[in-house]
Amino acid sequence: MTITAIAAPLLKYLVRLADDNLVLGQRLSEYIASAPEIEEDLAVANIGLDHIGVAQHLFSYAAEVEGEGRTEDDFAFWRTEREFTNALLVEQPHEGFGELIARQFLFDAYQLELWEALSRSSDERLAGIAAKALKEARYHLRHTSSWVVRLGDGTDESHRRMQDAIGAMWRFTGELFEADDLDRQMADEGVGVDPTTLHQAWTATVDEILAEATLHRPDDPYQASGGRSGMHSEHLGHLLAEMQWMQRTYPGLQW
Amino acid sequence: MTYEVPEIPGEQTEDPTGHYEEHGWPLWEVFVRPKRGLNHSHAGSLHAPDAEAAVQNARDAYTRRAEGISVWVVPSTAIYASDDSEAMFEPFEDRPYRHPTFYDIPEEVGQM
Repeated sequence: MTITAIAAPLLKYLVRLADDNLVLGQRLSEYIASAPEIEEDLAVANIGLDHIGVAQHLFSYAAEVEGEGRTEDDFAFWRTEREFTNALLVEQPHEGFGELIARQFLFDAYQLELWEALSRSSDERLAGIAAKALKEARYHLRHTSSWVVRLGDGTDESHRRMQDAIGAMWRFTGELFEADDLDRQMADEGVGVDPTTLHQAWTATVDEILAEATLHRPDDPYQASGGRSGMHSEHLGHLLAEMQWMQRTYPGLQW
Repeated sequence: MTYEVPEIPGEQTEDPTGHYEEHGWPLWEVFVRPKRGLNHSHAGSLHAPDAEAAVQNARDAYTRRAEGISVWVVPSTAIYASDDSEAMFEPFEDRPYRHPTFYDIPEEVGQM
């Protein structure tokens, strides 16, 4: 594989952004037919499809940047666990609806700031993808915020479970705002954004909703990290096995 | 004259026993405005725990192919419906003069 020195960082950056969306979309698809009501099934599936759609656009652009004739499917189905660079948060399994909402809410609040910043990218293609994703993220956050408030400020049991769910996901949020060399290079070139600059706005959004939901921000000092460099939790392998099984068993299979 | 408001089993908004699961979420009627200048019209119904959730569910169930630009939701229990169509509507069936079908349309107008 030969990638020019200029294209390589951009390729890596696009794949990183895409991986978050692909893995989260796959996670959400697991919940289809398991939501409390069929209406929420539709909502979760819809959000999952939005993420997979964004991943498709980003992979497709990444494939063009690479210029090796790969497609978005090659990125999705023919890379191993260590080659995935998604954040640990999106690969976390959810035990029940509360954890699904907590994971999604914390991530939506991050993506809102991310897409807002990337919609001003000097890379027009990326800016276009971000502008479209920003509209979707606004809706996702509206949906998940209303659930955090509804459950947090609901019954004693729903309050307790929502607080536990936020607590379970909290340790995976710090990684979203870590910057590595690639982030800094992309930010310097005006293509990407330094994730550390998104943290303040994210905290404000999260604090506001948690307060409305009568929940408190967890004070868990431990923050896990490693997804961006391919060091994942034990959960990603299982997710990929399910997602990639078909293409690996029947290579090139089409619907 | 008295009307009976039908009870919809399993869809009460409040559960006196405290067992929410037994009853599920209340039912809402969804009205979608298709485009500017047209009225909201009934699109269907759905379940949701409250009005905000009902609007969000309506978006996914009834506007996902860009059918609308505005959504109203109304608790189904707030709908007060006509019944007895014989007394209500049949008397109008033999009043053709209420339809504007007796005018001579000038030729210049063409097809209307």
